[in-house]
Amino acid sequence: MTVLFGQLFTGVSIGAVLLLIALGLALTFGQMNVINMAHGEFIMAGAYTTYVLQQTVTTAGWSLLVALPVAFAVAGAMGVLLEVLLIRRLYARPLDTLLVTWGVSLMLQQLARDVFGSPNVQTRAPALLTGNIALPGGLTVANNRLFILALALAAVLALTLALRLTPLGRRIRAVVQNRDLAAVSGIPTARVDRTTFFIGSGLAGVAGVALTLLGPIGPTMGTNLIIDAFLVVVVGGIGQLKGSVIVAFALGVLQATGEYLTTLSVAKVIVFVAIVAFLQWRPQGLFTLRTRSLA
Amino acid sequence: MTAAPLVGTDPASAAGTPAGGRRGRRFDGPARTAAGFALGAALLFAVAPLTLSDFRLSLLAKYLCVAMVAVGIGIAWGRGGMLTLGQGVFFGLGGYAMAMHLKLADAGPGELPDFMQLYGQLDELPLWWRPFASPWIALPATVLLPMAVAFGLGSLVFRRRVRGAYFAILSQALAAAMVILLVGQQGTTGGTNGLTDIQGFFGYDLDDPVNQRMVYFIIAASLLALLALARQLIRSRYGELLVAVRDGEERVRFLGYDPAGVKLVGYVIAAGMAGLAGALFVPAVGIISPALIGIVPSIEFVIGVAVGGRATLLGPVLGAVAVAWARTALSERFPGTWTYLQGLLFVLVVAFLPGGLASLWALARQRRSDPAGARWWRRSRAADPAETRTEVSAA
Repeated sequence: MTVLFGQLFTGVSIGAVLLLIALGLALTFGQMNVINMAHGEFIMAGAYTTYVLQQTVTTAGWSLLVALPVAFAVAGAMGVLLEVLLIRRLYARPLDTLLVTWGVSLMLQQLARDVFGSPNVQTRAPALLTGNIALPGGLTVANNRLFILALALAAVLALTLALRLTPLGRRIRAVVQNRDLAAVSGIPTARVDRTTFFIGSGLAGVAGVALTLLGPIGPTMGTNLIIDAFLVVVVGGIGQLKGSVIVAFALGVLQATGEYLTTLSVAKVIVFVAIVAFLQWRPQGLFTLRTRSLA
Repeated sequence: MTAAPLVGTDPASAAGTPAGGRRGRRFDGPARTAAGFALGAALLFAVAPLTLSDFRLSLLAKYLCVAMVAVGIGIAWGRGGMLTLGQGVFFGLGGYAMAMHLKLADAGPGELPDFMQLYGQLDELPLWWRPFASPWIALPATVLLPMAVAFGLGSLVFRRRVRGAYFAILSQALAAAMVILLVGQQGTTGGTNGLTDIQGFFGYDLDDPVNQRMVYFIIAASLLALLALARQLIRSRYGELLVAVRDGEERVRFLGYDPAGVKLVGYVIAAGMAGLAGALFVPAVGIISPALIGIVPSIEFVIGVAVGGRATLLGPVLGAVAVAWARTALSERFPGTWTYLQGLLFVLVVAFLPGGLASLWALARQRRSDPAGARWWRRSRAADPAETRTEVSAA
């Protein structure tokens, strides 16, 4: 029972990290059909923002709190820059966008190496987040993992509410569902795209802050995570968030269970096979956005 | 923004139309091709071995292996529109199949390869290593194994119409899974180090420069053979169908063809080419490791193709060799700068010159021959994509 719960919690916390990363992707991929390979480097930017802030705000707890909005803004600004300079010109060619943004991610990685050095750096975690919480029945959960889970859920909640209730959210949904109809209805789709990209990339920055609690920060930290996050979006289906939420946790639990029963490397292969098998059943992902548009 | 682009809207197709449009020129058809192959053969078999040092020649052998992968990507991506970001997997399967055989041959009959003795967990050869002791199994496996994996994945994925970016992500995930698997099973795969220190190649000592030259000649001949194969394929009815599937999959389906089958053939052929390249890479370089076949090298295979011109026959080969050469030349002198340059090259070529450097050649000729061609070039750079679209499809 304890082992089962432990594995389940590990799975859920892997899922929470995936979810934080995939949320931003679900937004940008879903809206603009654009695969942004530099998303992983926005995560890295968020993590390094935390590191830099900790040099000035020395109290670990405060620096983490300050880092969340700052990293959101930094990564979001980088996203907008990328959108304005490159992605906007390539909407008709999504596959080329993938390659172009990969080139950008290469440059950003090298930039990080030149600025911060190739070796990984470490941030100090606040004391509150280093220990464990003992639950009744001899179960323990790590505080930092619990914090990340809470952060991921809060991000989902905030994003869902923003998409449902605010005028901006309504415009974003309209553009996702039918871009042309939204445009003729007077919605400035280019501006909506830019805002979406700001929010999506900003969420990557927040994910980066969360990742500083789990391990060291390095120039290539984004590359490994990004593929899993893309798989989450592909399997979850684009155009809405609930698919990504469910799939992130499902993949996390599958990965943790596979790791427990076999080894880490075999678990990765199991996850991949499971995804290919799943796409046989639902090639468009878990939930598809049904519209009457012909596109 | 539509899911199925109109025929001819892909900018790459501007450079990729089959040579039918050039008919009526003075020098065309079989004569032109034969002359091209003769020139290529002269360069590869006479000029390069006579002018380059042993060291440079072995580097060239390595680049030519990358070029063989590029020929396959040119077919799958340039012609078929399948952006495969996992060619490293097939390159690796071919490479590991060859390296396993050579390691076993180095160790001698009944002995374990050196790294297995080093890690010391095994008393006897693992079951799945055993077939590779025989060259009659190992050599065909270098090509057939990648093709089988590509067939398995492709037949599942294409039939369910998983395509575009979805397919690209899946192929990349395959590369990630393969690397993690190889690294994780250190005792039987050599882990991060890979299979290193390969000394013999079917009885020939690879340290001997004469034998290295022999390996180079094998690689050069294989590249020419693959190019001939690719040329036949592109000119065939199948080649036309592949381009049609790229430009309008739904239309091809409505015409009664099976796009999934068409794509599958292209993908499997590309995988086979990558497998052969990996197999020949091993004797040329003496090592195969996860770092050579993972996500990053897999995308780097694509760079050369994009730079050279994805939809042309020679573009991928020349682009791959040029990029690999530039990488060696520049990273020797300025290690950090190369990464910036590589990224920048990728961004500029893909974003602003999607037909690759080959399209510069085509554009220059077009401009010289008729003034309307020049106007097409100017207007295609204009901001309004709709204008470009009508121009291209009218051409």
